[in-house]
Amino acid sequence: MSEPYAIVIGLEVHVQLLTASKLFCGCSTKFGAPPNTQTCPICTGMPGTLPVMNRRAFELALQAAVALDCQIAPFTKWDRKQYYYPDLPKGYQISQYDLPFSHGGHLTISDAKGRFEAKQVGIIRVHLEEDAGKSVHDEQAGEADSRIDLNRAGTPLLEIVSQPDMRSPAEAKAYLDELKLLLVYLGVSDCNMQEGSLRVDANVNLHIAGAGGEKIATPIVEVKNMNSFRAVERALAYEADRQFEVWRETGRKLGDVPKQTRGWDDAADITRGQRHKEESSDYRYFPDPDLVPVTVSAKQVEEVRAALGELPAALRRRLETTYGITPYDSDVLVNQGQELVTYYVELAEASGDGKMAANWVQQDVLRTLNEQGASIGAFPIRPPQLAELLQKVRAGEVDTTRGREVFAAMLASGRSAAEAMRALGIEQVDESQLVELCRQLVAANPKLVADVKAGKLQAAGAFIGQAKKLNANVNPNRVREICLELIAKG
Amino acid sequence: MPLTREQVEKVSLLARLRLAPEELATMTAQLDAIVGYVEQLAELDTTAVEPMAHAVEQTNVFRPDEVRASFDRAEMLAGAPKADGQFYLVPAVLGD
Amino acid sequence: MSVLELSARRLLDEMAAGRLTAVEVTQAYLDQIGRHDRDVGAFLRVDAEGAIAKASDVDERRRAGRPVGRLGGVPVAVKDILASRGELVTCASRTLEHFRAPYDATVIAKLKAADAVLIGRTNLDEFAMGGSTENSALQTTRNPWDLSRIPGGSSGGSAAAVAARMAPLAIGTDTGGSIREPAGLCGVTGMKPTYGVVSRFGLVAFASSLDQVGPLATSAEDAALLLEAIAGHDRADSTSVDAPVPPYSEWIGQPLEDLTLGLVREHFGPGLDAEVERAVREAVRVYESLGAKVKEVSLPHSKYCVATYYIIAPCEASSNLARYDGAHYGHRTDEKAMLAERDAERRHLESSGETAAVDELDTALVRMYRRSRSEGFGAEVKRRIMLGTYALSAGYYDAYYLKALKVRRLIRRDFDKAFDDVDLIAGPTTAAPAFKIGEKVDDPLAMYLVDLYTVSANLAGIGGISIPCGFTAAGLPIGLQLQAPPLEEDRLLRAAHMFQQATDWHTRRPPL
Ligand SMILES: [Zn+2]
Repeated sequence: MSEPYAIVIGLEVHVQLLTASKLFCGCSTKFGAPPNTQTCPICTGMPGTLPVMNRRAFELALQAAVALDCQIAPFTKWDRKQYYYPDLPKGYQISQYDLPFSHGGHLTISDAKGRFEAKQVGIIRVHLEEDAGKSVHDEQAGEADSRIDLNRAGTPLLEIVSQPDMRSPAEAKAYLDELKLLLVYLGVSDCNMQEGSLRVDANVNLHIAGAGGEKIATPIVEVKNMNSFRAVERALAYEADRQFEVWRETGRKLGDVPKQTRGWDDAADITRGQRHKEESSDYRYFPDPDLVPVTVSAKQVEEVRAALGELPAALRRRLETTYGITPYDSDVLVNQGQELVTYYVELAEASGDGKMAANWVQQDVLRTLNEQGASIGAFPIRPPQLAELLQKVRAGEVDTTRGREVFAAMLASGRSAAEAMRALGIEQVDESQLVELCRQLVAANPKLVADVKAGKLQAAGAFIGQAKKLNANVNPNRVREICLELIAKG
Repeated sequence: MPLTREQVEKVSLLARLRLAPEELATMTAQLDAIVGYVEQLAELDTTAVEPMAHAVEQTNVFRPDEVRASFDRAEMLAGAPKADGQFYLVPAVLGD
Repeated sequence: MSVLELSARRLLDEMAAGRLTAVEVTQAYLDQIGRHDRDVGAFLRVDAEGAIAKASDVDERRRAGRPVGRLGGVPVAVKDILASRGELVTCASRTLEHFRAPYDATVIAKLKAADAVLIGRTNLDEFAMGGSTENSALQTTRNPWDLSRIPGGSSGGSAAAVAARMAPLAIGTDTGGSIREPAGLCGVTGMKPTYGVVSRFGLVAFASSLDQVGPLATSAEDAALLLEAIAGHDRADSTSVDAPVPPYSEWIGQPLEDLTLGLVREHFGPGLDAEVERAVREAVRVYESLGAKVKEVSLPHSKYCVATYYIIAPCEASSNLARYDGAHYGHRTDEKAMLAERDAERRHLESSGETAAVDELDTALVRMYRRSRSEGFGAEVKRRIMLGTYALSAGYYDAYYLKALKVRRLIRRDFDKAFDDVDLIAGPTTAAPAFKIGEKVDDPLAMYLVDLYTVSANLAGIGGISIPCGFTAAGLPIGLQLQAPPLEEDRLLRAAHMFQQATDWHTRRPPL
């Protein structure tokens, strides 16, 4: 590393759990409803109302924690975190304080591009809590009223706190990618950042090598308001530079100043300090008397573990060993989600060529899906049909370039590979016909022949172009091979 | 250690209450008397005692994840001190 | 015999037999309210129109032979701290003075389903915090036996209403004695069931782990009738007990055989009024005459109950009352005045050169919270919020709140141990009869000590009942408290009924 310091990053991630109803009431959790139309006396904290825990939310939380290799507490309780804010109608958030339902897990991250070594990022704790509502502020801060929408209040959230184990913005990004992938695979969350179902706060500081080789830690800064993984990377990189500058100017170390909170300004590409009154951090946690504790047996944990299914890391390894694809390929495929992997596996099995299947899925299928904004489930060419095309390409019945035309035709017409080829007039050219065609070309192009003979092998490419004009169905590789042979014999 | 006026003032901010100067003096004296009284608990040895946060100690009470109709917005906002038909309105959240 | 002298049980029988109509019954009670409530002040609101409409509906259904609920046509007064859809629920607080609940409390829904006639809302100490009903921000309630004295509290309105026969049945809530204490001081029967027997959904919370709804009536038999109607498991309350409701009113006539009563050694020490002690000991002799054995038991942590209670209850209250901040409902301060005040403060600081202090001024939002809450809450509520906030704040949690939770378990263990030896614990409900209005308002600690004998049942989560057991020479009622192991409401009611079959204290009426 060229910088004279190491960046130390811990992430606090909140994800919205995929339940139909809120954590403590029956209001829908669906995103995008008009303001204050998904509320009831319970989630607006009306006097006299009481919370009752959503079983599904707890089950999803448990699945996530088990998948993150956390220890599951046999006894867990719910606490009130108290502070005043108008999007928090009860004046407290129901959360977990000293007895979270899980702690001490880890998530393995790696980089298919090899920018960092694979490593385990420790998970300090995972706990369940309720979300707050939303405050809409006017541009003129302090001028007009803030508007409060409580639709989101009471939505179940999972808080996942990592150890400060990440040492670069790229590692932080990889952690977020991997975490998101895991949670989406589990069906625990859709992790949609635009809709606020995944939020990230980062704790970051620097370890600087002092003059005497001693390690100097700079004050920890909490960075908020990052609304994409890219923003997280950029904010962390910015923050590292900024903290190094501040340290050079002031020499301030960890413990010299209270923890600072800074907000990422995406447009300006900087973090800005946020005002923070000291008293507001006295949350006066205490056990919520309206909710009863939850106990989880070791047997239950094992049942959850058994029912998790194959997680992304194991799936990647299986694809690599079974189909001989590279870690990069397996990464791309698995990152696309379970449905695409299923598609790929069917294609690899039916075509008998995992590598080729990986190429076609990544290049042609994914490109089409991206262009059309469609999902793999609705993709018209199913694996058996695509496998037929791949087999023809492999057998040399059609070359890759024309294969793409066939693919496009299949897509447009819904025809099989064979039908599409027939419609495009693609048929295999008889070998003797092909030799005769090459003989004519060689005879007609003495200059190209001379070039090839002089060692300019790329000149053979011109033969392919001419051959294709005469017969579109010729296999370009064979044309090249035969022409070179004829010239050599010549 | 007697409660100080400054402590009580700080607590009043935490509690989002505001006490007039004479109220603050009375409150400090009264809280001090009550805190002095409850401090007698310190004489009990409770090292091996589990805290009892609930009167009836049950566990694992859940509801099914079923959506129930939300309340009509107009009805919910009817009791709001200030609302615009869609949102609750409060003085600007961001500082001045 | 006048309608007002009939028990709720009798009223139901008479109405079922067609000898009385619900409208007649309701009107009789409305008339009684009209006669006496100006003096007593038990009701915050009387719903004459709604009550008569409900009574007519019940009468119509009875005449047509259609089904009628178990309390069909019996008036019930309800403490103004339970939500009823579309209606005010003030909690006797300025902050909720105009607040209408958009939903029904489970207890209210059950009363409606039982065809009770909800005749009106009774006064209470603000948010049920107090033992005299003097902390109501809305009204003074007087003891029907002596209008210069407090009715007890916090369910003082409900107890006074029943005592003055302005309602045959009333709903109260009890967090540290708020049903039993006013019942004792007003000479009526009042019961706090085991925590979780009656749903708390829709009961505006004071201290959630201690609050419990219960019946007030002129007799144990009527209390049984009302408890039966409101008890039962509720999915909307996670702390609700999932057990079937025994047919209390059916079983109440069966005397308890081989009953052993425990007298708590610590309850008969200094501070207990001599007249009260005499009446309670006499009541115990009545039980002996009915075949009961009496044993002395010890609750060694009794002396710590009030201290434990005055940590746990304010801590929970400080949190439960955080929601009254003027943002979504309830009282909000005058915003214009608030902004003017802020500007004035700022100008003052700027002109005196204290520019640094300008930054420290409360923001408009914080100012809105603090002004709204300070205007909305009365002195006692503020005191408890302050106490609870202090006890939960950084650095004090272990010494106060956590310590209190541990002592709470010791208190519960005392009861468990005592109940190994005895079936019920008997003793005074309060150490002294009703005091004068205004006598203790300036001494909160003295006021708290009134709860000496009642708070332990809330801390332990067990049931307790107060029944009239005599009068002082000055004519003030004295209450006998019985306490039972968890979920033994049936035992409490039957024991109370045995006593009331043998005595007539509960039939005495105040000289209004
Ligand atoms: Zn809701």
